[in-house]
Amino acid sequence: MQQKLLQHRLANGLVILGERMPWLESVAFTLMLPGGTCREPTDRAGLAGLTLELSQRGAGPLSSRDVVERLDFLGVERSSHVSTFYTTMSMAAMASVLKPTLEIAASILLAPHFPESELEEARQSALLELASIEDDPAQKCFKELKQLRFGELFGRSSLGSEEGLEATELEDCVGFHSRFCKPGGSVLALAGNFDWDEVVRTLESLFSTWSGATDTEPGPVVPYRGAVHLPHESQQTHIALAYDAVPYNHPEYYRGRGIVGILSDGMSSRLFTEVREKRGLVYAVSASSHSLKNCGSVLCYAGTTSNRAQETLEVTVDTIRALAQGIDQDELSRLKSRVQTSLVMEQESSSSRSSQIAYDWMYLGRVPSRQEVLAEIHALTCESLLKHFQEHPPQGWTLVTIGPEALEFSHAVST
Amino acid sequence: MQFRHEVLDNGLEIVAEVNSDAFSQSLGYFVRTGSRDETTEIAGVSHFLEHMMFKGTPTRTSLDVNRALDDLGSQSNAYTSEEQTVYYMSVLPEHQSAALDLLTDMMRPTLHQDDFDTEKQVILEEIAMYDDQPPYGAMERAMEEYFGDHPLSTRVLGTRETVSGLTAEAMRAYHHMRYAPGNVCLVASGAVDFESLVREAAERTRHWEPATTDRKRIVPHPATAEVTMVHPPATQQYTLEYSPSPSILDPQRYVYRILASILGDDSGSRMFWELTDKGLADLAVAFTNEFEDCGIFGLYLACAPEQQSENWERIERILSGARTQAITDKELELAKNKVRAGMILASERPSNRLFSIGNAWLSRRKYETVREATENYQRVTRDEVQAAFEGLANRVQVRVSVGPEPEA
Repeated sequence: MQQKLLQHRLANGLVILGERMPWLESVAFTLMLPGGTCREPTDRAGLAGLTLELSQRGAGPLSSRDVVERLDFLGVERSSHVSTFYTTMSMAAMASVLKPTLEIAASILLAPHFPESELEEARQSALLELASIEDDPAQKCFKELKQLRFGELFGRSSLGSEEGLEATELEDCVGFHSRFCKPGGSVLALAGNFDWDEVVRTLESLFSTWSGATDTEPGPVVPYRGAVHLPHESQQTHIALAYDAVPYNHPEYYRGRGIVGILSDGMSSRLFTEVREKRGLVYAVSASSHSLKNCGSVLCYAGTTSNRAQETLEVTVDTIRALAQGIDQDELSRLKSRVQTSLVMEQESSSSRSSQIAYDWMYLGRVPSRQEVLAEIHALTCESLLKHFQEHPPQGWTLVTIGPEALEFSHAVST
Repeated sequence: MQFRHEVLDNGLEIVAEVNSDAFSQSLGYFVRTGSRDETTEIAGVSHFLEHMMFKGTPTRTSLDVNRALDDLGSQSNAYTSEEQTVYYMSVLPEHQSAALDLLTDMMRPTLHQDDFDTEKQVILEEIAMYDDQPPYGAMERAMEEYFGDHPLSTRVLGTRETVSGLTAEAMRAYHHMRYAPGNVCLVASGAVDFESLVREAAERTRHWEPATTDRKRIVPHPATAEVTMVHPPATQQYTLEYSPSPSILDPQRYVYRILASILGDDSGSRMFWELTDKGLADLAVAFTNEFEDCGIFGLYLACAPEQQSENWERIERILSGARTQAITDKELELAKNKVRAGMILASERPSNRLFSIGNAWLSRRKYETVREATENYQRVTRDEVQAAFEGLANRVQVRVSVGPEPEA
């Protein structure tokens, strides 16, 4: 079926996007609002997450318990999270219950109770979640890597800090919500089985009293380089590594993403082959593309027992650098067939499609079709990838290791 | 949606749920073998073997296998549990023949010594990785305490010692016995051409030699026990409790699954409102885990060490509260709706259906549509859930807790 993006802008500025997938029984929507961690005051790290949590503890006609019970009654699967630039809320359910599900979402956005009585409980939950990261070295490694690479403001964890969470008061949450939970600058993307006209009518009515916009834009992200080791009593050393790459909105993004695919997508990828298959150094090794607006990075991870950590780091970096020696036609054709397969399979999930549409809109200001992405991928050649790699060689390295001993890493200073 | 079933001359069963409108198809070999089928000396062999299946066949090197998987654009993987080992891939329908050829070829690996030695290092890394993660071996320890000398006490990954001691020869013998066609089921879902699938599977497994395989079904006799482990770098306390519940073959399992959801789902349950929502615990959940001869009703708590004891008392009060706080119709309805919606939403992907169909066939030789599967839950009555709830008050409890050094 021909893919078609439905689009409507409400009078209050909220952008509604939709892609019908009538072969599914489900419908999913993703709401992205500009209340990310980079909007938190310096001494309130964790405010965005706490505000999101508290906004769901009672809204409109529903108490905190009612919100959960009503969503369970309707059979709605939901998730919400905070990232550097956005607060995101997603829900998926059977098509027949879309309207009451949207009503609950609208209550959370427009009429959260922010009950004083629940602040302490929400704060304690957030503190526990923050503390639990200490026991998960791999996750902690990435948390520290982002902090080191993107700095205090843009590298802030969505979990916040103990001090920030402790200092947050109810009016901080109310203020954050009223400042950043605005229709202007936000997007609601639907995918699945729905009637577009009915959805637009429903949203026009639900959001008729919602107004305003988040007008200020966060400044540019400038990545830092450097290396940090955090001592930890563990068998494995966890290695998180980052280097510069083009971001999602760059005209050559697909070339950069293609190179990361050659490195890490699939079991025949370079990293899996060199680090795990040939040498047995790790169980887990990977690289992925990461974008913070204008700032692109490749993030890598490897976990290995400490006496082999130095070798693992060296093999990983050598494997990345070896891309400069060329890319095989076979590797590229495997990459192309993987992308094609995953684009076809995206049609099987309303949830993944709705979040992709919302993400594309926020990052690109438009939503590329499957055909467009496929055409971009098909146009990749070994030469164009190599040229891109030569023009954008890995540099601006950031390294965080967690384990018994620090590793030597010369790339942190010389690029 | 059509169910198809065929048994080949060599004993290999093929089952499929064919949906010609699907965008993709999933294929999987479900092998009825896992850690419970191992002897103590070869603990971990099922899982190690699962890794070795990707390391080359008489016609493909390890690199060839990995390249072929990626050539098909497939999303592929494998896993090992106590009772089964599964190899699966999701591909576009036009790749069915090539995918079947590859997956079938992988099921007869060469198990070269060099590959075996390298992969052993990867397995040891995997063991080290899990040892560093919460709950730091408490799950394995709880299984050992609960099952004693029952085969289900064997660790899926084995231990550093058993894996280090494994030989390629012992693995070959295990493979010959456990991967016989009569112990394997080929499962497919989505846009499948069933006739071709059967024809080509017959051709490609013609040389598979039948062997006699069995599995001991024994009823375990757990005794109440409490173990405390210390993991100095830990900052939180992790507590796990196992008690008896119905097996995968017992129709009562639906009652216990609903009960676990009402008492300890990660959202909206009694434990959620009493602990997680109040910020007393990072996680407090109840779950069931089912095997062929028995089942486990599990509880898991993650919280600050100083709050563990009080939190566990809260959980105890919830679990022994059947008389004073009976299950309500509303709780039952919410739990049923939640389970039903989750199953229907997940079923939209053929790759999710593969596991529902394969697991049901391997353990129960039964096929159910999604609707039929959800009806199993709709039929559960409040009285049944209440009776199971009342039974929890006197349960045998095997509890393992792990955390930092207790403060002096």
